[in-house]
Amino acid sequence: MKRIKKLNTPPRFISYSAVGGYEEKRGPLGELFDLCDESDTFGQKTWEMAEGEMGRCALNLALSKCNLSHESLELLIAGDLQNQCVATSIGLGTFGSPFLGIYGACSTCTEALLILSSMIGSGAVNTGACVTTSHNSAAERQFRSPIEYGGQRSPTAQWTSTAAGSFILSRDENIIAQSKFSSVEISDFMIGRIIDGATADASNMGAAMSFAAAESILEYFEESDMKVRDFDFIVTGDLGKVGSEILKTILDDRLPTASAKHLDCGNLLYDFSRRDVHSGASGCGTSASVLASFFLPKLETGDLRDVLFLSTGALMSPSSVLQGNTIKGIAPVIHLHSNAV
Amino acid sequence: MDIYSLEGKKKIIKEHSPKTKTLKNSCFAFLTGGVICLLAEALRHTFLYFDIDSKDALTLVGVTFILLASSLTALGVFDKIARHAGAGTLVPITGFSNAITSQAIDSKSEGLVLGLGAKIFTVAGPVILYGISSGVLYGLIYFILLSTGVVAP
Repeated sequence: MKRIKKLNTPPRFISYSAVGGYEEKRGPLGELFDLCDESDTFGQKTWEMAEGEMGRCALNLALSKCNLSHESLELLIAGDLQNQCVATSIGLGTFGSPFLGIYGACSTCTEALLILSSMIGSGAVNTGACVTTSHNSAAERQFRSPIEYGGQRSPTAQWTSTAAGSFILSRDENIIAQSKFSSVEISDFMIGRIIDGATADASNMGAAMSFAAAESILEYFEESDMKVRDFDFIVTGDLGKVGSEILKTILDDRLPTASAKHLDCGNLLYDFSRRDVHSGASGCGTSASVLASFFLPKLETGDLRDVLFLSTGALMSPSSVLQGNTIKGIAPVIHLHSNAV
Repeated sequence: MDIYSLEGKKKIIKEHSPKTKTLKNSCFAFLTGGVICLLAEALRHTFLYFDIDSKDALTLVGVTFILLASSLTALGVFDKIARHAGAGTLVPITGFSNAITSQAIDSKSEGLVLGLGAKIFTVAGPVILYGISSGVLYGLIYFILLSTGVVAP
């Protein structure tokens, strides 16, 4: 079975945007975000609605950057962390675009991008968008304890980011020619497999996801014609400090060249010295916002040529963990290539 | 290195996961918990000074600390203290107060009956259930010991 799927007509990123909250603004990438609401509320009454509004802002920003109307979107693929992906339907319903809601936990960003790129690559869709969001307060409420509850977090715990990333992809030559962004493409992708994370500790999701990331990276380079040296970076979603350490150990053993090229979005989003983030950032907004604010602009200018990007998802529910089931990890891969001259 | 079996993965996770700093956390909990109890004792003596009955003084101390913790929770300060204090703020009545208030704030958006009303004891529920259950159990033991003459009333 060939797992890497090459796209004959690779879709181009014609626009993207990153939106964040208070803590994201104060992180090392804060200045690169398109919009940060320091109240974290985005003018809404509840955290769930705030997450929806954040997604709406992200897509609006991306559309305005490439002067595209929402009517040009033939497909909108989006997801978030809330039950039934409700933030997405609250926030993105107003666009009226044909919609696919997906859930891949924190891997949603890459999952959405690879579905959209295969739709565009097959010719079924010309132009479409992906939006991914996560909100710290909405996630705390759903997965952990009340927001104001006074508890101590484990040193392995990660901080769910309040962030959204939005991407518009197209194969339409007229639209690509009009947009100021057009050099980055998704040239191939590999769908992730469900890999057992071997722990039921919801405070150690980075560790649980690291095996899925390792499996995907090892499998990709086993099958691909490209070598590790052809890539500028191998970027994982939100393994955090603990998960990155485990991934490094595995790569050092199996594919030593890859270890030096590894970066993790969960380690990039926050300033570790400043706040109580413990093991780093998590949440599906993490990889989406870091991709849109940091990696895509660098690929657009040609500073980076090839990036292997894999958001990592911890597949679990509060009930599954309490019932003693181990957390499953997944790491879908996309290969981002820059055509900048 | 075995990265495919459950046991192999568990071993790798254990090697790389930093442990909770139990000693440091315990010391902080001891200090903050002690300070809270010291303040409570001072408050009790203040009530006694104003000629309040000693039983009432105890109740008033409890109520005051519930109100204090609840207010600090609503102001968003409690969790910042508790992050360092840990069991120091959790074990006294302040922790119980925080568990109920924080859950109430959280569920308010879902309505007063099915939100706040139904969920207010989500975090504190186990304390109530097992607190009362153990009260019943120890009461029963005490009753048996009393009626068999093992202990004097």
